[in-house]
Amino acid sequence: MMRPSTFVCLEDGDSHWYDLFSRGARDWLRHNEIIGKAVREKLPELLSQADVLGGRDDTVKVPVKFLEHYRFRLRVPEEQAGAGQGAAKPGDKIGKVGRGEQAGEGAKGAGGDDDGGFELMLEFRIDDLVDWLWEELKLPDLQQKTGGLRDDEYVREGWNRRGARSRLDRRRSMKEAIKRRAVDVDGPAFKDDDLRYRQLVKRSRPATQAVVFFAMDVSSSMRDRDRALAKTFFFWVMQGLRRQYQQIDLVFVAHTVKAWEFDEDEFFQVRGSGGTVASTAFDRVIDIVDDRFDPSRYNVYLFYASDGENFRDDHDRAAAGLTKIASYANRVGYIETPASADRALTTETAEIFAAARDAGAPVSSFALTGNDAVWEAIREFFQEHAAGQAR
Amino acid sequence: MQTLEDIGRQLEELGQGLGLDYFPLHFEEVPQSFMLEIAVYGLPVRMPHWSFGVRYIHQLIQRRMGHSRLFEVVFPGNPGRAYLAKGNSVAENSLVIAHVLGHADFSKNNTLFRRVQEETGYQIVDLAARHAKGIATAIEEHGQQRVEAILDAALALEAHIDTHKGVHREPYPKFRVSAKPSADTFRGRFQSLPGEDVAVAEMDPVQVAEPVPPSPEQDLLWFIAHYAPDLEGWERDIFLAVREESFYFQPVFGCQIMNEGWACHWHAQLLREAKFLSSQDYVDAVKTHSDVVRPHASGNQVSLAPNPYHLGFCMWEKIVREQGLERAFEIRRHDDDFSFVRNYLTAELAEELELFRYVAGKDGVVRVVESDIDELRETILAPKYNFGAPVVSADSIDVDGTLHLVHDDRTDGRGLDLRRTEKVLEYVQRVWRRPVRLETVDARGAPRTLTAPTEA
Repeated sequence: MMRPSTFVCLEDGDSHWYDLFSRGARDWLRHNEIIGKAVREKLPELLSQADVLGGRDDTVKVPVKFLEHYRFRLRVPEEQAGAGQGAAKPGDKIGKVGRGEQAGEGAKGAGGDDDGGFELMLEFRIDDLVDWLWEELKLPDLQQKTGGLRDDEYVREGWNRRGARSRLDRRRSMKEAIKRRAVDVDGPAFKDDDLRYRQLVKRSRPATQAVVFFAMDVSSSMRDRDRALAKTFFFWVMQGLRRQYQQIDLVFVAHTVKAWEFDEDEFFQVRGSGGTVASTAFDRVIDIVDDRFDPSRYNVYLFYASDGENFRDDHDRAAAGLTKIASYANRVGYIETPASADRALTTETAEIFAAARDAGAPVSSFALTGNDAVWEAIREFFQEHAAGQAR
Repeated sequence: MQTLEDIGRQLEELGQGLGLDYFPLHFEEVPQSFMLEIAVYGLPVRMPHWSFGVRYIHQLIQRRMGHSRLFEVVFPGNPGRAYLAKGNSVAENSLVIAHVLGHADFSKNNTLFRRVQEETGYQIVDLAARHAKGIATAIEEHGQQRVEAILDAALALEAHIDTHKGVHREPYPKFRVSAKPSADTFRGRFQSLPGEDVAVAEMDPVQVAEPVPPSPEQDLLWFIAHYAPDLEGWERDIFLAVREESFYFQPVFGCQIMNEGWACHWHAQLLREAKFLSSQDYVDAVKTHSDVVRPHASGNQVSLAPNPYHLGFCMWEKIVREQGLERAFEIRRHDDDFSFVRNYLTAELAEELELFRYVAGKDGVVRVVESDIDELRETILAPKYNFGAPVVSADSIDVDGTLHLVHDDRTDGRGLDLRRTEKVLEYVQRVWRRPVRLETVDARGAPRTLTAPTEA
């Protein structure tokens, strides 16, 4: 005699129990984790494509394909055959199949894991990306410029029996009362002696603010590609500096034969015509510093992007301006987007910067010939920066 | 209203009266979300791997786009385990239970199912759950990455087993006894010299070391588990766990048309005779039946893959009608999809079912072509050859440990997809821990030796 079959019904409301253990969701998260790691390894490559930088929020979105778990598979033949069903006679054309889809996919077994063309948008926090990049590029952490740079601030430190009502520490006072009553069992609930007030102490601490100047030559010789490269460099240099300073002011200066200050949105759109007179930009920066950013309280950075074709007559004036800025700047970066790789850093402007560097100014020059060069430049910049500080 | 159990008991009585023979079943109602996971993993509780996550998301998307619901899943064994979707109507449940009885009968009696169950025990659900637990423990002890590396390789080779050799195999013999040296070899002649007492006839047979493998080995999971140079014990266990589950999946895959058709035949048969169903329930059940057993998706005139439910159902109906139930029971015992389709899909039936053969050229345009019944049958069966995988075997191991795999392009008719193959070799090499090479042919039929891409 056979044992009888058994039946178990599911009570309403018991379903959520199953959802707690969703294995599918668990494995899906693991898949995303693996993709995240893979993306991380190719990060510099992916992020140097300027369109990734589209958003202004603190995240970037990277489109990725689902991972495929590979299996041995036959090559897709020139002519795929399959069996079908329905009202059709020899010679009929009955639709199309995509190249690479195995004929008779419907009859496939455990192995059907084509990605079906779905894409996944992975969202990364820029802070995380910068962390990874710093690891990846093996960049040193920067030290802040301190000597003489002091901000005063009040910090809470310790307690006092006297003070303003607003600084009464209730928790602390209660503790004192409990302690006292542990000894003096019949004493009153609170006495004036129990009260504790927070103390404020004046402290001076190193300045953690900086001003970063982004100056760019927007004369007609600067191409879109050059601007995109400069923008990418600016963006990541900015992310790096953000790690060091609590507060950063950004100033954008564009110039042709004259210089103007812009806000960030306009800055990368500006197009000028005519020639290049770099000194106008430097003078503009000097004016702004004098006006708004006392170099004894601000860490000053200047990044200047150009294709290097400065007017020869401007040489001395530009050199003088640069020398003045370099005298109080933490670091000055020159980003050249040369017309051809073999002419990189041999231009008029490059010579001005090279001369300043030779004179001991904290100046670095980079030639950005392509997206790959951006990462090299970022790495070099921060390494030189750190080395400059160590000296 | 009738309970699940009421309906079940009455259907069982009916089925057993008609000759259905199965192990007792454990029916369990579960939420739709759980049904979906069973469909993704193939088993209710199975080892974790990211590739299941990808399938899961595809399933979720498809469900949301309104593809068919899942009504039931049944696993063979003693007892058999059937999972029914919560929310099925009485009519749907009647159909589903009757359907499950058909499957249970099939898996108890069909030769392929029987053999694998005899070898792996009659508790595949519990076995898989034990594997999953073992792997969870391994993840705790050895870390997710190492376990994942093993599963990447093992699951990629999932289909590469050899069912003829069975689940439990002895290792290769270390030595082979060669024939006795014959008298005309040098040694024989030397010993027959005057003064050498030993007679040729009394000499010991010579032992010769066997190469590994002695002949090309198709059970790659078994071969790697036992002969990978530096595989640790727990890693071998994972390989063998995957392999054991593959043995379970093989008959499910290899008898899909028969098995689904058989279950559909029985739910139709039992519902026809179920006098205890109200007429409304009966009509609803028949409607559900025609949704499941239909040649192509609603609204479509043609489909590019025959629905195995419909094909199998029609074949069984014809067999029962023309050859009787006894003969049908015999066929379900001895056949698999290959013999079933080759023997019982007649030209007449193929025409009635409007089955056709098509080719899609480089432009992707699908053209229906003229074909005879033999061509048609083989086209239907083509995706099922060799568990749906190319024929790849382990050929030899070099002195330095290099593993040579060989793809049999003559059997498969063409070479492997080179890019994917290299990726698989990468998985395998991480486990084999020595170089791995594979021979196949490229698009022009020229021999190609592939290696795992070197890691940057």
